[in-house]
Amino acid sequence: MTIEDAGPELRTEALEALLVKKGLVRSAAVDALVERYEQDIGPLRGARVVAQAWTDPAFRARLLEDGMPAIRELGFGDNTDAHVARLVVKENTESVHNLIVCTLCSCYPWAVLGLPPAWYKSPAYRARAVREPRRLLAELGLELPPEVEVRVWDSSAEVRYMVLPRRPQGADDLGVEQLTALVTRDSMIGVERL
Amino acid sequence: MSLPVRLDEDGAAAPPRENGELAFGAPWESRLFGLTMALVEGGQLDWETFRGRLIAHIADWEARGRDETWDYWQRWREAFEDSLAIAGLVDQQEMDRLVRRLARRPHGHDHPHDHHHDHTSERAANTAGEIDE
Repeated sequence: MTIEDAGPELRTEALEALLVKKGLVRSAAVDALVERYEQDIGPLRGARVVAQAWTDPAFRARLLEDGMPAIRELGFGDNTDAHVARLVVKENTESVHNLIVCTLCSCYPWAVLGLPPAWYKSPAYRARAVREPRRLLAELGLELPPEVEVRVWDSSAEVRYMVLPRRPQGADDLGVEQLTALVTRDSMIGVERL
Repeated sequence: MSLPVRLDEDGAAAPPRENGELAFGAPWESRLFGLTMALVEGGQLDWETFRGRLIAHIADWEARGRDETWDYWQRWREAFEDSLAIAGLVDQQEMDRLVRRLARRPHGHDHPHDHHHDHTSERAANTAGEIDE
């Protein structure tokens, strides 16, 4: 076996060992980081943000104005995405449906949605979200009426996007916590309607 | 429908499982991610520089004609290895030597005794010990 053939498991293990040996990382700290991103930071945060926006018009206005300060009001956006300048929230309406993508790599609003699903990072999604969003959405089970305009937002170094989905019909009497449970990750990416 | 009052790990809205696929398909992927973020948070790795290399490796794969199965985390690993080499954080020869040594280990090397706890850190510590052998 040559070095080049060594699997990513071996190479990653070697990288960690070398970085630990140099004192650049501690394995326990890596454990904690992974656990934080896998367990603590996830789409539940975004769902909570959406539910707050549905029930609190002043918060909704602040969220649409500038996402990051608004999500900090709810205690999110702490350390995560510290390297990202802006979170822009795009609101779905009766006539506009928003979809987020990162055509170049995999940028994603970690602070509110956690880590992206595998399909979000796939070449097919990244290319087709821009080229033929309507058809892609239809294949994902979301048939949009022709009169609804589809807007696609491509993430960049400076900006991460999140979709504010429309409040489902018949959810008028629910409180924030109950509404939070209705919001899915996919609806905040824009590949699903609630 | 029953709605959770406490949105904890076991609740109906528990992330990220509730929403479908897990972010990582194999342990090395989450390890790689954790290592990258540890260096970013520690200030040894600039996120934007890393992101630029990730974009380049993804574009490179697409330019190769997509002859192999898409593997996002392999592209991340390439970008990470580049970043470490260019920043002088990992010596390529030392890396090659260690990879060779790790590849020669007998099967079952990381399960010397019967236990069930998560011993990722412990394994890394053992691996680190092998560097100077």
